[in-house]
Amino acid sequence: MAKVKGTIVVDIEKCKGCEICISACPTSVISMSVEVNGKGYPYAYLNDPDGCTGCSNCAIVCPDGVITVYRKKIG
Amino acid sequence: MAEKVVNIEMINPENLVYQKTKVLNDNVMHYCPGCGHGTAHRIIAEVIEEMDIQSEIIGIAPVGCSVLMYNYFNVDMQEAAHGRAPAVATAVKRLWPDKFVFTYQGDGDLAAIGTAETIHACNRGENITMFFINNGIYGMTGGQMAPTTLEGMRSSTSPYGRDISMMGNPLKMTELVAQLPGTCYVTRQAVHTPSNVRKTKKAVRKALEYQQKNMGTSFIEIVSNCNSGWKMAPVESNNWMVENMFPFFPLGDIKVPDEE
Repeated sequence: MAKVKGTIVVDIEKCKGCEICISACPTSVISMSVEVNGKGYPYAYLNDPDGCTGCSNCAIVCPDGVITVYRKKIG
Repeated sequence: MAEKVVNIEMINPENLVYQKTKVLNDNVMHYCPGCGHGTAHRIIAEVIEEMDIQSEIIGIAPVGCSVLMYNYFNVDMQEAAHGRAPAVATAVKRLWPDKFVFTYQGDGDLAAIGTAETIHACNRGENITMFFINNGIYGMTGGQMAPTTLEGMRSSTSPYGRDISMMGNPLKMTELVAQLPGTCYVTRQAVHTPSNVRKTKKAVRKALEYQQKNMGTSFIEIVSNCNSGWKMAPVESNNWMVENMFPFFPLGDIKVPDEE
């Protein structure tokens, strides 16, 4: 079976740190940063690059649409 | 910031599976973190992009938290007086019957001050699509009790919880308009989980397709959270919504056209 690997890019300055993407992620690979962005919000980031499958669940529940998803077949 | 970007070699256009739609512009939305308005905006914009009707659609903005929604959509928008979006939409649709027309209103706008306009537009069967964001509270003005506030729910004007004997019963607008002959498609959805977002997007698409076929008013209620008004964290408010709002406002289609 071909494996798929994904990654996300978060628009850090637009993220408001609501954490809804964290509860939507089936593989629990998104975390909140310790540092904050220009507006003072912590922002989402991918903490485990190998765990992301590129399912886009985080992106479709993001209220501010800050997540862009990439996905690639491997092997 | 660069250390947070991972799998750089994958980031190229051929691997792109999801990005924010171009029907929404790059302005940062003024909504509170975790507010369902942003998701609802994005779903509507995505459907507009998929149906390729960006130049054919006219939106009517309400008064409420989403009063500035015309700042975020790259489509023609008209602001309406408080509660009067269905009346403005009626005029726009009658002048331009070939255009798509939608209204987007909250519960303070649609279910309180605009009840008459809503019910009569639905009863006349105006060929428009109405989006109703129900969070059970007046969000913009500071969390006052709305017609849709649940029994026992705290708000800034019902600090001990809504008392039915004194403040009346919560209003189910969606069930109310479903019995009117002018409506063709009435449904209640939510946007707090990926599966609900996908279902809501299908409902939005259906509603606009029914409008294309001149079938009457389509009405989509989206049960949403108001974490600032409810005084909760975003994820906590979504859980509260599932536990308390959904038993009273059950999700699902209430009225679907006969042809299906």
